Amino acid sequence: MTEQVTKNIFVGFSADLVEQPVVYHLAKDYQLIPNIMKASVSPDKQGYLVLSLTGDPQDLERALAYLRELGLTVNLLTEHVTWDLVSCTQCGACTAVCPTGALALRRPEMTVSFDGDQCIVCQMCILACPVKAVHLDF
Amino acid sequence: MVKRTYEEINAKIKAGQAVVVNAEEVIGIVKDIGVKAAAEKIDVVTTGTFGIMCSSGAFLNFWHTKPKMKMTRVYLDDVPAYGGLAAVDCYLGATELAVGDPANSHYPGHFRHGGGHVIEALIAGKAVRLTADAYGTDCYPLRKYEQTITLAELRQAFIFSPRNCYQNYNVAVNLCDHTVYTYMGILKPRGGNIHYSSAGQLSPLLNDPYFRTVGLGTHLFLGGGEGFVAWPGTQHSPSDPRNSHGIPIGGAGTLAVIGDMKQMDSRFVRGVSLTGYGVSLQMGIGVPIPILDEETMGFCAVADAEIEAPLCDYGENGYPTGEPCVVGRVNYAELKSGEVEWQGQKIRTAPLSSYSKALEIAEILKAWIQAGKFELTQPARLLPGDEHYDRGGCC
Repeated sequence: MTEQVTKNIFVGFSADLVEQPVVYHLAKDYQLIPNIMKASVSPDKQGYLVLSLTGDPQDLERALAYLRELGLTVNLLTEHVTWDLVSCTQCGACTAVCPTGALALRRPEMTVSFDGDQCIVCQMCILACPVKAVHLDF
Repeated sequence: MVKRTYEEINAKIKAGQAVVVNAEEVIGIVKDIGVKAAAEKIDVVTTGTFGIMCSSGAFLNFWHTKPKMKMTRVYLDDVPAYGGLAAVDCYLGATELAVGDPANSHYPGHFRHGGGHVIEALIAGKAVRLTADAYGTDCYPLRKYEQTITLAELRQAFIFSPRNCYQNYNVAVNLCDHTVYTYMGILKPRGGNIHYSSAGQLSPLLNDPYFRTVGLGTHLFLGGGEGFVAWPGTQHSPSDPRNSHGIPIGGAGTLAVIGDMKQMDSRFVRGVSLTGYGVSLQMGIGVPIPILDEETMGFCAVADAEIEAPLCDYGENGYPTGEPCVVGRVNYAELKSGEVEWQGQKIRTAPLSSYSKALEIAEILKAWIQAGKFELTQPARLLPGDEHYDRGGCC
């Protein structure tokens, strides 16, 4: 028996794929142990899952390919987001698209703060930041 | 009745005795001691705004080349600048995209480099590659030129922006069923988020809603240096409907501004890339409001809760169609709280305009005036709109 491995992944759903029972298939078809760490899934709306998956390394790779084939966004959480305070102009454009509140505005001073522990590496902030003050590091 | 002239205010500034507060501080002062006492005490209120202002750009003059050249096509770091002027003049617009950028052919495009970025780089003192070509004439024979330039080496360089400093602005939501990538940022489907772009109570023209003090020649903070109001901005629309506080509900007033790039600081002039939309420029502007009388004081005490803006649908069936797209009205106190309730739904909000930078600008301008380094100018003409001034307020 090969050694079991654990990977943490972010899975993003578009509205048309949100009803897919992916956690069921990950467990049944790929013999993985899924542990849902964070989730935001509502009918007819885009959503996301942050999963910890444990199982055979080959099963895990096949499972990730299955998720991607479905059209879901899959990011391994070995990546992390870095926020550059010097480059940031404190506009706040990243804060409403950040699904977990990792990037937020402190009130009343209205300055941007970043809590890496809350970040699920969905990369919305990278698209939203006008001055490219957030980066993806590996 | 409190009455002050520009001459009296400037005499106090020169003597280091002017009482200056920013447009946030003044709200509490007026609440505590009333408009009349505040007007007696305060000489100047400083305002600030820092946000994306697309109608921005710069006139640049390069020294004449040897042999001479009438530059026809001009590029700065591969960004085209308009060369349809005299020999070595050009105008670089903030939203001009670098040649070869894939734009939205891979939607949503990233728009990594453009006019705004070149303007920021020049102000930051970085070297920029100038390339130019020409058809050649008897008096200007050179046909090709390439050189690395810095701002310090340019003969003249000034920002001249036809529309900055919007008085108020649309607040954006997206009611269609897919994400839209707009100049108001990334808007999630079905009312997923709300974006706004104003400093609200700190914003220059919201503190002088009827343009009783701001006009042609008004001395102001522009991108870290000094600048002036050159003209009413394009799309200046002083007749927009107003609320009971005299605050216009739509964009309303705008300013055309001018200022020397060599004085500027790149912390207040930043090139931006808006995913799916394009490139532009974040610009910092601060305008001093002279307290000429109790009415100017009263207007400067405006607070976020009294400033309302139209909530507009930027989804595919709204703003892009050119048809009416207003779906509600919100105030800046709600917007700044981080959440707005609209039609029974709680929607997260985010600004595209930096309030903290706006406050920093208002504080810098305050310090300049307190130190006697920055005097106020009496406008040569007020902006169109003063004739609409009506003590009754709402229309």
